[in-house]
Amino acid sequence: MTSRRKLLGFGLTGFGGLVAGRAGAAGEFPPEPERAPGLPVLSPAYGQPSPRVAAIQRKSWSNPPLEQASSLTPLGDLYGALTPNGLFYERHHSGVPDIDPERHRLVIHGAVRRPVAFSLEDLLRLPSVSRLHFLECTGNSGSELVKPTRETVQGTHGLLSCAEWTGVPLSILLDEAGLLPSGKWLLAEGADAGRMTRSVPIEKALDDAIVAYGQNGEPLRPEQGFPMRLFLPGWGGNLSVKWLRRLKVAAEPFYTREETSKYTDLMADGSARIFTWAMDAKSVITRPSGGQTLGGGPGPYQISGVAWSGRGRITTVEISTDGGQSWRKAPLQEPVLSKCLTRFSLPWEWSGGPAILQSRAIDETGYRQPTREALIAARGAHGAYHNNSIQSWRVDPSGKVTNIHA
Amino acid sequence: MPKRLLLLLPLLLSACDAATPAPPARLGHAVTEQEIAAWNIDVSPGNGGLPPGRGTVAEGRKVYANACAACHGEKGDDGPAPKLRGGRGSLASAKPLTTVGSYWPYAETLFDYVRRAMPFDRPGSLSDDQVYAVTAYLLRINDILAEDAELDATRLPRIRMPNRDGFVPDPRDASHL
Repeated sequence: MTSRRKLLGFGLTGFGGLVAGRAGAAGEFPPEPERAPGLPVLSPAYGQPSPRVAAIQRKSWSNPPLEQASSLTPLGDLYGALTPNGLFYERHHSGVPDIDPERHRLVIHGAVRRPVAFSLEDLLRLPSVSRLHFLECTGNSGSELVKPTRETVQGTHGLLSCAEWTGVPLSILLDEAGLLPSGKWLLAEGADAGRMTRSVPIEKALDDAIVAYGQNGEPLRPEQGFPMRLFLPGWGGNLSVKWLRRLKVAAEPFYTREETSKYTDLMADGSARIFTWAMDAKSVITRPSGGQTLGGGPGPYQISGVAWSGRGRITTVEISTDGGQSWRKAPLQEPVLSKCLTRFSLPWEWSGGPAILQSRAIDETGYRQPTREALIAARGAHGAYHNNSIQSWRVDPSGKVTNIHA
Repeated sequence: MPKRLLLLLPLLLSACDAATPAPPARLGHAVTEQEIAAWNIDVSPGNGGLPPGRGTVAEGRKVYANACAACHGEKGDDGPAPKLRGGRGSLASAKPLTTVGSYWPYAETLFDYVRRAMPFDRPGSLSDDQVYAVTAYLLRINDILAEDAELDATRLPRIRMPNRDGFVPDPRDASHL
């Protein structure tokens, strides 16, 4: 029962959980190690997290229709830059298909000299790359633009994850098919029930697009597109079509449902931006963050979080503990990679008084993460997409951390 | 031109084709457009793709009642799934309603999406005639088509959706916000 309570406590107040060890060090010592041998190897054959951290889970915040279903990464409980595959956020429009990799094919046709079907085995015989990139849903933080809605960073920013993606550069596959000069756009289509489709301009396809079959060293998870997906670094997650089965090359964009009715940005004047692909620079403090508690009282802490940009490398992250009145640069953890999560961490001496924690990122294009007010002034408040504004967490004197708009 | 040379012309043309051969097949399995016809289902304003077939508003009303109303409601805006009608003139208001009628720029997109992804629990189960018909019906309940309208591959692309000019390119490369 005690361990069960501790386990839940870690999930709910992760920050406080870490501090509990410090309080213990003043008095009681940890128990002696066990004197009997522990479990054998293969317990189980595919390793799982300690049952003591079993509360670290993806969450779905509501029970939406399957077409609108998503689950969120527990950013407040994670370290470093990479997301474990089992905690990678999900967004599906027709559920997760169960695909036999031996029967799956990727067809490339349309404006090519040689329409061709690739099996997974074919892809494995072609040159591969492995690259570390974040994936963020265009709607991430959309709930937070007008008022603070979600309690935790999992809720406010959890449609964000990061992995090493292994696959074949799309340029190689298009070369195999013999791209014709009239080919300016691709239609990427999935093998899910709703056959998800998005248009991709040929420039992106030939730049850094990957047909990925690997994620953090193992085959893609079913919910991430097994056996193969498109991966478009730095662009809104919906464009990286999962369960990829068809790429049609054509002269014009396809104006699919997902790039007209959805994933367009409605402005205050009633116009809507279309083809808003890149995810702009953004950052968020994950520790301390909403729902956590600075349980150890005043004293030294680390303010830590992640920063990313769909347009390149993060160059600077600044942190404020006074609601944006003053800012300090936070050291960035190496490696700092393009279109990848970058971890930052800054020592902070908490006085025990109220504080408002914020972070803001700058990327190598000179782009500076905006305030909410600046976004709303430019676009209005309707947009559920591309909210990359500065997040505020309030620390109250009890150490409790909450989501606020400063 | 001597008659003999005219007869040779097709051969000469095919010889030109042969002079720029497809790259040698190395990996993957070459396919023909005929072989993948069943996969080649996309319909779009710029690249075409509408299949043979036809459907009327009246036929679409029945298709809708059987296949769509359970999720989208009897009237198209009274079910748990996204609203399909209404919202005209609301996009610049405090409470914009984005529907087929108020927001979607192209009728081809509606045909394409219904054919590939709807009904949600059994996508692909409607015939092309039924997709034409329910497309016509959805445009009817948005006052875009008349009650006696019929759609086919010729008529559907002529429809001008109310929000056709409502979309603007992404300015963020230059403006940041």
